[in-house]
Amino acid sequence: MYLLTILTFLPLLGAIALVVMSEKHVKSIKQVALLTSALTFLLSLGLLVKFDSNTYAFQLEDKQNWIPQLGIGYHMGLDGISLWLVLLTTLLSFIAVAYSMKVDVRVRAFLACLLTLEAAMIGSFLSLDLILFFVFFELTLIPMWLLINIWGGERRAHAANKFLIYTFAGSIFMLVGIVFLGYLQFKATGKMSFDIVLIQEQVAQGKLWANALQAEPFIFWAFAIALLVKTPAFPFHTWIPDTYSESPIAAPILSSVMVKMGTYGFLRFCLPLFPDALPNQTPILITLAVVGILYGAIVAAVQPDMRRVMAYSSLSHMGFVLLGIFSLTRIGMMGGAFQQLNHGITATILFLLIGFLYQRGGSTLFKDYSGLKSQMPIFAALFLIAMLSSVGLPGTNGFVGEFLALVGAFQSAYAGQFAIGIVVVAVFGVVLAAVYMLYMFQRVFYGEVVRAENRSLQDLRAPEIGLACILVAFILWGGLAPNTFMTPMQTSLDATLKMATAPATMRPYWSSESVEAKKLPAPQHKRVAMISKAGS
Amino acid sequence: MDKAFHFPIPTIEWFALLPILIVALTGICAFIVEMFQPKRENTLIVGISIGGLLVAAVALFLQMSEPLYSTASDLLLRDTFGSAMQWILLVACGLTILFSEGYLREKRIPFGEFYPLVLWSTVGAMIMASTTSLLVIFVGLEILSVSLYVMAGMSRSEEKSEESALKYFLLGAFASGFFLYGIAFVYGATGGLDLDFVGTAWAHHSETTRVLLVFGLAMMLIGLGFKTSLVPFHQWTPDVYQGAPTNVTAFMATASKIGAFAALWRVLAAFTVLGNYWVPVVSALAILTMFVGNFAALVQKDVKRVLGYSSIANAGYMLIAMVAHAKDFHVGASTLVYFLLSYTFMTLGAFAVVSLGAKAGTEGTKLEDLNGMWKRSPFAAIALLIFCASLIGIPPTAGFIGKFLLFFDALKTGLWPLALVLAVNSVISVYYYLGIARAAFVADSEETEQKLAKPSPAATSVYALCIAGVFGIAIFYAPVATFLAGK
Repeated sequence: MYLLTILTFLPLLGAIALVVMSEKHVKSIKQVALLTSALTFLLSLGLLVKFDSNTYAFQLEDKQNWIPQLGIGYHMGLDGISLWLVLLTTLLSFIAVAYSMKVDVRVRAFLACLLTLEAAMIGSFLSLDLILFFVFFELTLIPMWLLINIWGGERRAHAANKFLIYTFAGSIFMLVGIVFLGYLQFKATGKMSFDIVLIQEQVAQGKLWANALQAEPFIFWAFAIALLVKTPAFPFHTWIPDTYSESPIAAPILSSVMVKMGTYGFLRFCLPLFPDALPNQTPILITLAVVGILYGAIVAAVQPDMRRVMAYSSLSHMGFVLLGIFSLTRIGMMGGAFQQLNHGITATILFLLIGFLYQRGGSTLFKDYSGLKSQMPIFAALFLIAMLSSVGLPGTNGFVGEFLALVGAFQSAYAGQFAIGIVVVAVFGVVLAAVYMLYMFQRVFYGEVVRAENRSLQDLRAPEIGLACILVAFILWGGLAPNTFMTPMQTSLDATLKMATAPATMRPYWSSESVEAKKLPAPQHKRVAMISKAGS
Repeated sequence: MDKAFHFPIPTIEWFALLPILIVALTGICAFIVEMFQPKRENTLIVGISIGGLLVAAVALFLQMSEPLYSTASDLLLRDTFGSAMQWILLVACGLTILFSEGYLREKRIPFGEFYPLVLWSTVGAMIMASTTSLLVIFVGLEILSVSLYVMAGMSRSEEKSEESALKYFLLGAFASGFFLYGIAFVYGATGGLDLDFVGTAWAHHSETTRVLLVFGLAMMLIGLGFKTSLVPFHQWTPDVYQGAPTNVTAFMATASKIGAFAALWRVLAAFTVLGNYWVPVVSALAILTMFVGNFAALVQKDVKRVLGYSSIANAGYMLIAMVAHAKDFHVGASTLVYFLLSYTFMTLGAFAVVSLGAKAGTEGTKLEDLNGMWKRSPFAAIALLIFCASLIGIPPTAGFIGKFLLFFDALKTGLWPLALVLAVNSVISVYYYLGIARAAFVADSEETEQKLAKPSPAATSVYALCIAGVFGIAIFYAPVATFLAGK
């Protein structure tokens, strides 16, 4: 089965096709791009059909030799953690491309960049080889740099360089860490490999770190800093406000998936591969997460630009994801993993709407808008739903994720006696989210229309409403029936938790021989049985 | 009765010499043709040169499967390292020749002699790469350098080209002097010139000769340090790179470095026994070279100077492979070969793009002179971006694999401080490489638009080849590495 490979490289093929097309055929260029991203999305739905949620083993694996001398392989695989992230990527990429149909400067290069980004993100969610992951991880840099540099705002040069330097600075040390892991694997087994399935097997049996326990925290941080920069988490977040406010709107839409590469990296690499370093490092990460939640929310409240508000709100929301993951509890990790998806959906719809406004008014500053509710009622309604999801109103997806993350933090053994304090502080983040989001809504939609040109703003057209409604549907779906999304993740998350917290030799590993062993008893079935018993 | 003076006539395995001879003969052919051709009509010469290089490549290819042997009284060595270096040199020479014609025309330098000179210079570097005799290394070094002195001053109407040539000549002569001085000491200490012999001499010699040997090694290190532009022997590099015509700079930054690094490798590898003496020194040189090269590059305004400092920094990276080799015999050689190959593709490609700054007899090499390239010749701009990305080390480019190999070698041999310095320096270098790439993508105002020349088809093919190289040797690392290792 080459489904995963096709899925990854299809957008890249589309990008290459765009590059060789003549720049003059603007219409067909746009059609090709839209078709590619739509096809990728449809193809990714196939994953749902093929996916088996009862096992935590990697599925639909595709394994080839790449550089056998160095132990670098091409290994792709899917599990519950990556499943929804891939689908999120393909969906949001489609939306970003559809939104970008309005671009008229150098359309070809713009869409090629978007599609390359999509390929890089899908690839990094599916890679099971550390080097392969790193390749995809870094492949996002150049297209994003170009997007900001060519189509960005006034301070684009500054923003583009800041973005690239920050991300690269973090990840080069991750490369050192990766190489070191490969070397340890060589020492443990006598065979070079960067395949995480093989490395984790050694970790699970306690062999890999046996002679390098002192090095483990350093390598952990080599990974963690790269991922924290990408997430972004306090204090490595300063690139994101500049990136969001200076890049074309399609970039932050994709960026809201790109930041998931950070938190995904924690789930996929940091937890299973560094179990011995976790007890000491987890409190630091929890602290960073909580500081990020609060700091992001406070700073977001005083921004003059909607895009900057969104940037800081991302910092705050991704803090919840980190908090959930590093609570290292079953419920908290589920909350974190689910909140990843929610943030992707919510941030995207808000950006999409802000983008629609930008297309009409040419600005995203608060001072340029007021009283839009009377001009654009549909727009206001959609914005309201998105905003409430971001605030975390019960009934929307945002509530479920944040609530679970907080419960997880409350139960967490790693927060010790500070657990209550952490939860209280983090809850303030939720309150502050209401403050800055409502403030934004109030400034933009209520009051008198001050500027004359705003009187002629058009409300959303049908295709735009359609695009936004797709996301609204997911907001409500995630809020009302979160199990649709959570159930497939459960087995993988449970296994990850065990890999991270169980003592050596008790840890499960992905490569264990029998697939049966990886099947945990499915709780729903039991419940069905009990209900039927009660019925009889 | 006097004994008749007996001088053994060495038996020569001509097959081992074949690639070098072909390139030299091609140079002579090109030279003869040049005499009969009218000025400014160099297409035929280019054709002959490229053809000759291809034939040499075929000869080299046939050699790859040969076993290790030395010939001509051990003056010439046929081994995989030498052959791999010769491959890289042929690539560098061929690419330089390909993009030179368009550049020289725009720059109004009607010299057909450039082609024979560049070929002979390559011969010198090839000789340096495939011998273990110190004297032959020196001869190769001189063949390489003398041709380069002439080429650097090729643009006779330009003062800075003259200055560049003179500076390069004076300092180059100095360096040669140091190198020769070192050879003399080594010869005095051991009575031999062959590196294999000299290296083993350490064990059975007295304390006094050992001092001479260490001193000789230090002198040779200084001499080759000039040629490979290691800090603190790098002062000439940015000035010479800036002043010389861009195609000559490209050749200097690649072929001349490859030759010098091959020689440095041979020398240091032979003196592994003296590792206690030179490993700390070379490690310090590596750290110094990386930091000085990268920090100095940050403040440059001229693209050629930036790339000059970048080549200094890259020299520092390569020293890591040498130090690692001293620690572990199995490590380092393939890394150095691969790094030099990737370095050749990306640096030569970058210079080839920068050479578009030459138009109608003048040349702009300031960063802002690249402005508007994205609009005028988007392919060149994209190419420049790719080369910069590779120099930074962003996957999936050759530069990434090169750095990966260096990290790997360093960590494997316990040189983690060098690995960390390399990582830090990679981050510093991002800024100036991005500066170059950005300059090409900056908005195009009316006045900047006319500054750049349109790339000739040959130049475009150089970009395409370099891009193919940068991605090709990364994605197909396995077969490329197997091939270069002669398996």
